[in-house]
Amino acid sequence: MRPSLQQLKKALTGILGNGGAGFIEAHHELTLEVAAAQLPTTMRRLRDELSFDALIDVAGVDYRDFVDRDPEAPRFAVVYHLLSTRRNWRLRVRVFIEDGTALAVPSMVPLWPSANWMERECFDMFGIAFDGHPDLRRILTDYGFTGYPFRKDFPLSGHLEMRYDSEQKRIVYESVTIVPRDNVPRIVRGPHYGDDTPMSPSPDEPKG
Amino acid sequence: MGEYRYQLNFGPQHPSAHGVLRLVLELDGEVVVRADPHIGLLHRGTEKLIEHKTYLQGLPYLDRLDYSSMMANEHAFCLAVEKLLQIDVPVRAQYLRVMFDELSRVMNHMLWIGTCALDLGAMTAFLFGARERESVFDIFEATCGARMHPNYYRPGGVYRDLPDRMPQYKSSLRSAEELAQMNANRQGSVLDFIDAFAKQLPSRVDDFETLLTDNRIWKQRTVGIGVVSAEQAVAMGCTGSMLRASGIAWDLRKKQPYAVYDRLDFDIPIGTAGDCYDRYLVRMEECRQSARLIRQCVDWLRVNSGSVMTDDRKVAPPPRAEIKTDMEALIHHFKLFTEGFTVPAGEVYAAVEHPKGEFGVYMISDGGNKPYRIKLHTPDFVHLSMLATMAPGHMLSDVVALIGTYDVVFGSVDR
Repeated sequence: MRPSLQQLKKALTGILGNGGAGFIEAHHELTLEVAAAQLPTTMRRLRDELSFDALIDVAGVDYRDFVDRDPEAPRFAVVYHLLSTRRNWRLRVRVFIEDGTALAVPSMVPLWPSANWMERECFDMFGIAFDGHPDLRRILTDYGFTGYPFRKDFPLSGHLEMRYDSEQKRIVYESVTIVPRDNVPRIVRGPHYGDDTPMSPSPDEPKG
Repeated sequence: MGEYRYQLNFGPQHPSAHGVLRLVLELDGEVVVRADPHIGLLHRGTEKLIEHKTYLQGLPYLDRLDYSSMMANEHAFCLAVEKLLQIDVPVRAQYLRVMFDELSRVMNHMLWIGTCALDLGAMTAFLFGARERESVFDIFEATCGARMHPNYYRPGGVYRDLPDRMPQYKSSLRSAEELAQMNANRQGSVLDFIDAFAKQLPSRVDDFETLLTDNRIWKQRTVGIGVVSAEQAVAMGCTGSMLRASGIAWDLRKKQPYAVYDRLDFDIPIGTAGDCYDRYLVRMEECRQSARLIRQCVDWLRVNSGSVMTDDRKVAPPPRAEIKTDMEALIHHFKLFTEGFTVPAGEVYAAVEHPKGEFGVYMISDGGNKPYRIKLHTPDFVHLSMLATMAPGHMLSDVVALIGTYDVVFGSVDR
């Protein structure tokens, strides 16, 4: 698959003309980072000139708790996965949404109809709006749901729980009673964890 | 006729809504004018749950997405983790994975044809389908202990090799002859049973075809219904048999091969019209091709032995005996099952040719023992989203055929 990745890179530099800036190549996959303002034109050129005929996936990402994140970097991003069935290429396009601006990116529905539900899902889960979307409603959460569940500041147990109240003879919503617990804490080891380098002596120990 | 439009709630308890689909239909007489699918009644937040679990703990959630083709879901997840870890999977494990992927495909298509035919008025296909599924369930149970949610694949391989014996039926109520007949192909190993199953499968597929392919009612309900053109199918994000029925020979097993698909011999069936009937024909032929693939895997597995799990001790637990004698093994075991393994920072997208289409896992790791973000791309979510554009102009009864041939399972639509 490597030669086709090189071809894709060459073709991308050809149409974008930025000398390969903004590409990230890892694990034989190519990621292109685009500013929100350039998104519609770039995506249109990708579709029309490089025959990326299918939009496979739209994913929101909340980078709030990402380890070693640049504190100045934007919190939210939208990630698109494109596929060209004609040339057998895949491309990932990422758009960061600058903090302090409206949490919105242009909708891709005019280019690929498949974006419709994927963008609705992203809106539902992260609260990211898509300008120009024909029908931006919540899709997966319950009717009347508030909040954006896949954001990192939304607790895993949620805020409300519902039950049937036999006295009132109706469903009632209450604050959750579940105490949040994490049996296995999140652990991030540095890239050199487990290397055979001798540990530096702690300052308390007498130096021999 | 005229201005009056009837609003109909189709589901969420309607049997042909295939689970918990609430479909709000606006009808002019019996003709659909507008269709608005309301999904999410089975939304469990799988992606967020996996973000709070270690990689090994997250794996069982994949079984619960599309609960009619569980192994294929696990495969995509394992591929993503392996790509990030940059570890190799033993070849024997890859053959096992391909074999179980194809068994899942057969199982999925058997459930699909059963329920779809049931929706459109044919009863027998469901009974036939359930019979074949039962054999696959037995294989799963013998191999990993669970029937529905096997949790068999692991990052780095599979949980264990195939057992030497296929469990047999025991009963005090049945006669000895009857039991002997039931256990006829269970005398040998699990691999023998799979081989017998795969050899028999094409004739079992013929049974379905005899029932349906030239059936006048079946054809009236499916031919020319829900036509998707090739361009439309690609633009709508269709993958898998939906795309192939529209005439595009796109199959990730051929185009972007993973595991050992590039070493195996099989064909991709495609349709011409892109209607419900072509989707049916394509899926039936896929079952036959799966039987071919399974038999090739069986032949390979018979003559090639070897490990089924990577020996990278940072990912795979050490053998039990080693733990008793080796301190290092004990530490590895303890670390693996308390904090799990950590995965280098990065992001990958891994996709497999799932029975329903392209099943993709987009995984972002920040170097921790849990995925930072995981996005599951499920094919039936995309296919169901077509309903709003496809249904208008069709009769109400055709909507049943549409939903039926989209092959939706709400575990994976709602996630």
